Amino acid sequence: MKNTHYDIYGGQYVAETLMPSLEELDAAYRKFRDDPDFVREMQYFLRDYVGRESPLYFAERLTAHCGGAKIYLKREDLNHTGAHKINNTLGQALLAKRMGKRRLIAETGAGMHGVATATVAARFGFECEIFMGEADIRRQQPNVERMEMLGAKVRSVSSGTGTLKDAMNEALRNWVETSADTFYVIGTVAGPAPYPEMVKDFQSVIGREARAQFLELSGKLPDEVIACVGGGSNAMGIFAGFENDPEVKLIGVEAGGKGIETGHHAASINGGQVGVLHGSKSYLLQDAHGQVIDAYSVSAGLDYPGVGPEHAYLHDTGRAQYTAINDDEAIAAFDLLCRLEGILPALESSHAIAQAVKNAKKLTPDRSIVVCLSGRGDKDMENIRAYKAGRQILQCK
Amino acid sequence: MNRFENIFSKGKKVAVGYATAGCPETESSLEFMRGMIEGGTDILELGVPFSDPTADGPVIQQSSQTALRNGFTIEKVFEIASTLRAENPDLGIVLFSYYNPILFLGLENFAERAEKAGVDGVLVVDVPFEERSEIEPVLKKHGLEIIPLVSPATGIERIRKITEGCRSFVYYITVRGVTGTRSQMPEDLLQKLTQLRSASPAPVAAGFGISSPETARAAAEGADGIVIGSAFVKIQLDTALSTAEKREKARALAERCFGAVR
Repeated sequence: MKNTHYDIYGGQYVAETLMPSLEELDAAYRKFRDDPDFVREMQYFLRDYVGRESPLYFAERLTAHCGGAKIYLKREDLNHTGAHKINNTLGQALLAKRMGKRRLIAETGAGMHGVATATVAARFGFECEIFMGEADIRRQQPNVERMEMLGAKVRSVSSGTGTLKDAMNEALRNWVETSADTFYVIGTVAGPAPYPEMVKDFQSVIGREARAQFLELSGKLPDEVIACVGGGSNAMGIFAGFENDPEVKLIGVEAGGKGIETGHHAASINGGQVGVLHGSKSYLLQDAHGQVIDAYSVSAGLDYPGVGPEHAYLHDTGRAQYTAINDDEAIAAFDLLCRLEGILPALESSHAIAQAVKNAKKLTPDRSIVVCLSGRGDKDMENIRAYKAGRQILQCK
Repeated sequence: MNRFENIFSKGKKVAVGYATAGCPETESSLEFMRGMIEGGTDILELGVPFSDPTADGPVIQQSSQTALRNGFTIEKVFEIASTLRAENPDLGIVLFSYYNPILFLGLENFAERAEKAGVDGVLVVDVPFEERSEIEPVLKKHGLEIIPLVSPATGIERIRKITEGCRSFVYYITVRGVTGTRSQMPEDLLQKLTQLRSASPAPVAAGFGISSPETARAAAEGADGIVIGSAFVKIQLDTALSTAEKREKARALAERCFGAVR
């Protein structure tokens, strides 16, 4: 296998029982990634099924509001299923088909990756089982219904704390037993090699398009590219387009939750230490004894205690910067985009918007920022209502 | 000759038992392990609780959570190990852990303290052959042997790589799955074990799924030893039993299952 590490990060920290499955996956991935037939099929479905390319939209009123740098939005929210997740599940499903697998499994937190997996399972005729923490099932009921509607079985995970990391634990356990006929569709640039590399590869269409679109629009490259980071797949996807353009600043935005100093956050790079979870070494939220602790964010999709190993590497080398945006700042950015642009962003993406607003204000109008608008926010309506109601109660006291 | 070589040279099937350290708390888990040793356990695998035990089934998951909820930390594993070492000079002691708690403590620090506590070997579940070079030199420096895992899906070439230079024993995982008790052993077990033993320079202990004299005998047939884990941990988790009763049940289970293969 190649490229298993990003300096000290990444790797294949899994039990021996999983190694043969990873070797099989790695071999298939390397065999098909550049296979003309695979590439053609991928391109066809990205265009006619997902709806690519996604627009790069100049957010004129948001820009005017900030009074600084121009803000452009890469509209991944307009993809089929409403987020960037489908770029990756499509790639993994086409690979699974070539490997002769008949069943897909996936972990999901907020449910977006679960929906995107259930979608491609339906389209290509796979049996599908989605592992989801019992706490998340309660919080994200509409997505549970969507997955079931698409024919997937949603398996409730009650072990641990019943959230995304436990869902991933359970999916890994299931895969050990079933890998002969089952493909594990990991939803982010984490997990053991080759997953971080493969998911980046399938998401890099975001960055390739964004770079070409921006060049065409303005004849130059943007000054900053900003994306939210939970596990970090949309960020890695858009960063991929600009990684060889050192003049373009890459900024990943972690979920600061209630503030990093409170301990209630999901900012693994800003508030965690190096550790090993789910097969790779990266920054990880852990207690004083090396036990993994739960992440917190108002946005369920950023609620993961780890982060993709390549992000850890980009942080250490300084190629990318990682900031944190708190819940209330993300909610304010959500409101702003709704009111000024008529776009309801996902709460995850709202973190990136909030950072872009901050940065734009400090830059002159000849500068440009591209933000990855990774998903739409319809799924978050209930959470936002509840969050605002909770704040009002607090304010009344 | 290290302790493992000594234990496996005696010409009888070797009894390996796993218990989760700190379940339900430190003292009672120590008492429990004493029962396992009285019942004939030759090598004790001391499980270090971890928040995310991805290779374990529900029983060991629950035991880890119980231990952590009751405030168990990796430091206490060294206390348990040194107490057991003082009481049992010939017992093989293995620390069975996921990598993160070790990494967090610092590999050098971990190895130094394990050595001081009289530990013989370390089994790091999620450090496969591919990542082994990261831990091996430090562990070796402190006289700690690595216990490699082999699964039914591990091919013969890979078995050779994994077991090369092994001076402890190879832990053969009998089933493609997570830890837990099962009612019978896979049909191709004997064949797989024969293949493994012909390729491995070190003796082989078979584990996963063993909980009765029948499954113990089936697993022992082609192996140099057997491992019993979840069946012990189930007793550790039984809230209806006192510490003394658990110790007695541990002894009885060890005698019954390990006795069946001697």
